[in-house]
Amino acid sequence: MPETRTPTNGSNAGGARVGVYVCHCGTNIAGTVDVRAVSEYAAELPGVVVSRDYKYMCSDPGQALIQQDVREHSLNRIVVASCSPLLHEPTFRRTIDRAGLNPFLLQMVNIREHVSWVHLDKQAATAKANDLVRAAVRRVSLHKPLQKRRVPINTNVLVVGGGIAGIHAALTLAEAGKRVYLVEREPTIGGHMAMFDKTFPTLDCAACILTPKMTAVGSHPGITLWTYSEVVKVAGYVGNYRVKVKRKPRYIHEDLCLGCQECVTACVYKEGKTPDEFNLGLSKRKPVYLPFPQAVPQKVVIDPETCIEFKSKKCKKTCVEACGDRQAIDFTQKETLEDIEVGTIILATGFKTFDPVRNPYYGYGRYPNVYTSLEVERLINAAGPTAGELVLRDGKRPKAVGIIHCVGSRDANTNRWCSKVCCMYSLKLAHLVKERTGAEVYNFYIDMRTPGKGYEEFYDRLLDEGVHFVRGRVAEVTDWAAHPSEKGRLVIRAEDTLAAFVRRIPVDMVVLSVGMEPQPDAQAVRRMFNISCSSEGWFLERHPKLAPVSTFTEGVFISGACQGPKDIPDTVAQAGAAAAEAMALIDAQFVELEPYTAFISEDACSGCRSCIPLCPYQAISFAEEKKKATINEVLCKGCGTCVAGCPSGSIQQNFFEDEEIFEEIEGVLAYA
Amino acid sequence: MRNRQLSRAPLLQAAFEPRIVAFFCNWCTYLAADLAGTSRMKYAPNVRVIRLMCSGRVDPQFVLDAFAQGADGVLIGGCHPGDCHYQEGNYKTLRRYHLLKCVLRQMGIEEERFRLEWISAAEGDRVRSVINDMVEKVRALGPLQLDAETEDIREEVAVC
Amino acid sequence: MLATKPRIAFYWCSSCGGCDETVVDLAEGLLDVIAAVEIVFWPVALDFKRKDVEAMPDGSITATFLNGAVRTTEQEEMARLLRSKSELLVAFGSCSHLGGIPGLANLFDRESILRTVYLESPSTVNPESVLPVTSHHDDGHTVVLPGFHNTVRTLDQIVDVDYYVPGCPPPPRILRTALQTLLGGDLPAKGTVFAPDCALCDECPRKDTKPETLSIAEFKRTQDLIIDEQTCLLAQGLVCMGPATRSGCEAACIRGNMPCTGCCGPTSRVRDQGAKILSCLASLVESKEDAEIDRVLNTIPDPVGTFYRYGLPGSFLRRKRSNEVQASM
Repeated sequence: MPETRTPTNGSNAGGARVGVYVCHCGTNIAGTVDVRAVSEYAAELPGVVVSRDYKYMCSDPGQALIQQDVREHSLNRIVVASCSPLLHEPTFRRTIDRAGLNPFLLQMVNIREHVSWVHLDKQAATAKANDLVRAAVRRVSLHKPLQKRRVPINTNVLVVGGGIAGIHAALTLAEAGKRVYLVEREPTIGGHMAMFDKTFPTLDCAACILTPKMTAVGSHPGITLWTYSEVVKVAGYVGNYRVKVKRKPRYIHEDLCLGCQECVTACVYKEGKTPDEFNLGLSKRKPVYLPFPQAVPQKVVIDPETCIEFKSKKCKKTCVEACGDRQAIDFTQKETLEDIEVGTIILATGFKTFDPVRNPYYGYGRYPNVYTSLEVERLINAAGPTAGELVLRDGKRPKAVGIIHCVGSRDANTNRWCSKVCCMYSLKLAHLVKERTGAEVYNFYIDMRTPGKGYEEFYDRLLDEGVHFVRGRVAEVTDWAAHPSEKGRLVIRAEDTLAAFVRRIPVDMVVLSVGMEPQPDAQAVRRMFNISCSSEGWFLERHPKLAPVSTFTEGVFISGACQGPKDIPDTVAQAGAAAAEAMALIDAQFVELEPYTAFISEDACSGCRSCIPLCPYQAISFAEEKKKATINEVLCKGCGTCVAGCPSGSIQQNFFEDEEIFEEIEGVLAYA
Repeated sequence: MRNRQLSRAPLLQAAFEPRIVAFFCNWCTYLAADLAGTSRMKYAPNVRVIRLMCSGRVDPQFVLDAFAQGADGVLIGGCHPGDCHYQEGNYKTLRRYHLLKCVLRQMGIEEERFRLEWISAAEGDRVRSVINDMVEKVRALGPLQLDAETEDIREEVAVC
Repeated sequence: MLATKPRIAFYWCSSCGGCDETVVDLAEGLLDVIAAVEIVFWPVALDFKRKDVEAMPDGSITATFLNGAVRTTEQEEMARLLRSKSELLVAFGSCSHLGGIPGLANLFDRESILRTVYLESPSTVNPESVLPVTSHHDDGHTVVLPGFHNTVRTLDQIVDVDYYVPGCPPPPRILRTALQTLLGGDLPAKGTVFAPDCALCDECPRKDTKPETLSIAEFKRTQDLIIDEQTCLLAQGLVCMGPATRSGCEAACIRGNMPCTGCCGPTSRVRDQGAKILSCLASLVESKEDAEIDRVLNTIPDPVGTFYRYGLPGSFLRRKRSNEVQASM
């Protein structure tokens, strides 16, 4: 016999005994919402047995208050009006769980982020809080006990990006005995850090501290290193991701190449003709090359764009000859796809530096002696294109060098954010330039930002070293000489805001301290991994303070500069944190999934199949023998799209049943 | 069928304040509204947000029920096309929205009263601007008062 | 009330008479019914007057089957009268259940209906522009007519209703089940709709031909194509309300090679049938682009008339918003 629907009309359905708890959150809520009035209002609602307000509901005494009431008043439904459920729903679920109530018999009301913090009018804010609490009381009366689903977790981890963040995360996990797949787009790992000369504030050489870690990655039995590779597809869910990785052909059998580079010497090109990517075009490389001497893996790569064999098929192939019996060179190598299964993913995809061509008044690209800071890193690096000699394009040593801070940072025309590292690396470069060349060095800065252990001390040291500091944003870099002494040089024009006049300072070399930007493909990457970006394009963390390396997709973590500008110590700390978060999931041996899955009431289903194409996860199938649809709960991710689309109302979603939502709608709209 | 005796009284007493019901998806727009909060942005207090996991969960029945229960406007917030946490839920929402708009037009409900907005988790400011804009537009239209039209048969003048 | 036989009444409000036809369609079964009950009121067949009903004690009718929507003051009065005289009141047929075809008049207001019917329709000859009035005095006599409400209502929007027999008209099988259940004495829960609580696809002869992944690029109307007699009508691009409509009719329209138009109303789990079929069909539209989505959806020329053909007064919105209300604010 058909069932019937009985609208509750706000009356207390099914003997619910509701406790309502309104949080002051100090003055965060109580400053704008009359929490006492809300609690008194709630006390009068049908079904409400206890209603209280309290300074901090999430504190231990606050939680104890709820637990005590549950026991004393036999409460069976709880409403907590406080902050966003995304912050404290887990907290209060645990609270009532420990008091013996099913955790899903709770409804949270967001009267902080959605009310007190966004409204000024206390009366209107209180009225809104009342409406939301009323809806929650009505809704929670219909809540049913639910169980989280447990699924086993795959212990493998995917780390995407082989800069210092990815390297550190991969090593930490591998040391803990996890199988790690490290995927890097470039032919070598190392990232930006491998390009630096020294690191601030300790001035230890970047290669000295990085290359041992790179080598460790390359040789660790627990790490599968795939360079020159990209993730192309991600499916599955926390604990059970299926990932497809594209391995680009390097035309070298990695297992056969010894890294001897005899092929490079033997190449028909006597000299390199292609701008060397690792040296930012400051030197040339051959079509077959090792990205840099300490590259990991120590395997050469052939660039089909410039290799004669690929162009004409008529090369003498002296490289193959040189390789001889090793037979590592293979011009027929094809791109391959690898399928892997992992439980957790760490994204460490890094950043790109600001392209100063966008600030034409600094003359980058127009004046040969205007460099980016990263180019100068290469120039003063002993393994760089000039073997560590800081020289201008004509080979001469500069006598005066100007370093312009905040290029592409703190600028409404380009990027508003502070890139955080530029002050410190500018100081470092100032020190190194002075040390290597004895040149006069001028720093043009807006503010000196040196928070960090030993950073301010480093700044003090630079002041003592006789480096000049001019406080003011540089207006332009020009080669127009206003005075014979400026002839043939670059002139930096800037207002010295401390001395209050405009300076013209002639220099031989200008260094643009370029800021950090999200990778150009950050949007595509975050879509693939189903995470969010901030409006600037940095990957968005789950919570800026409390979950800084988690994302809104369970089991996907972020570390390093893909999350926002940061220096090496912070990056390494984050990478360690991400590795620890991943391990915490793995070592629990299973993951708990929210029970918000959809379910079909089998008697009700007419077998119309309308729901089947709505599911992006193929969780719904048609059971031929019963001629009804069925949902595979393991595959269902709980979006509820099929529920809204079922024409006969035969699919429901746990915790978001039609009746629960109707009750909430009618609850917010019902007049008091 | 439902109890509505009191429904008109408050509206007649005070200046008209639009009542808007919003359905926000858990992963983008609800988060954006949280971000607006943590950023202390200020916007009109006329919207009541109902959280769903995906905008694809918004059953057209919910929208119609909200109007029938006295909402002056209904707002759906979801992830931008291509950004759905559940891959494609927002496209289903988009299609339903288009057809529901046709129905509402036929039923004499102004277009500005029903809105679908894509607001990503990073766009707290968009929550503010969309809500403020919608509240002003609905305020200009005046109350919908759908329930008043059929509320009491005795109020209908039964003569010709 | 010591009558040995249950006392049954039938009445019609705003309806076409088809529901009464269903009673006759019980065929020889009707004789069993007549033998088992005492029919105390049935204007279409028996000569009882309103005053006869008024004379009955309250609650003396065992069950009244009332068909038709409520549009006029007289219908409203009769609904209230029969409610008070009956133990059980059964909304009989789509019109009293959900508003029915007459309910589509809720897309217009009273004034425009009267203007069209009495003044503007091409076949109307009314040189003095006479409109009906509720009372007319002439030569010492007063003639009265029922008042005409602005809105068509379902029966349960006027009075408390115990059970519903759906359909336009209700399939005789459903009526038979309803009668047997009610006369059997083991009454189901109040509010029960006497039809299977499962959508029509369940009993559709073409069920097996519906594809699993339907993707719609155009909606067609029945005159646009030669309808295949075996294949699911949705798969042929027709708007079939079957997935959102209660079964129990044995897919009569589909057996007649016509799509379901939804007369048996939604299942118990759905509050607004039109919204549900709308959601279902729109979700299956192929495109992701606004313009293309609109193009596909515009091939449904009259969404309200299509999705709410029998259910507008019983839906969430109930009627088109009238301009008067807007203007008065």
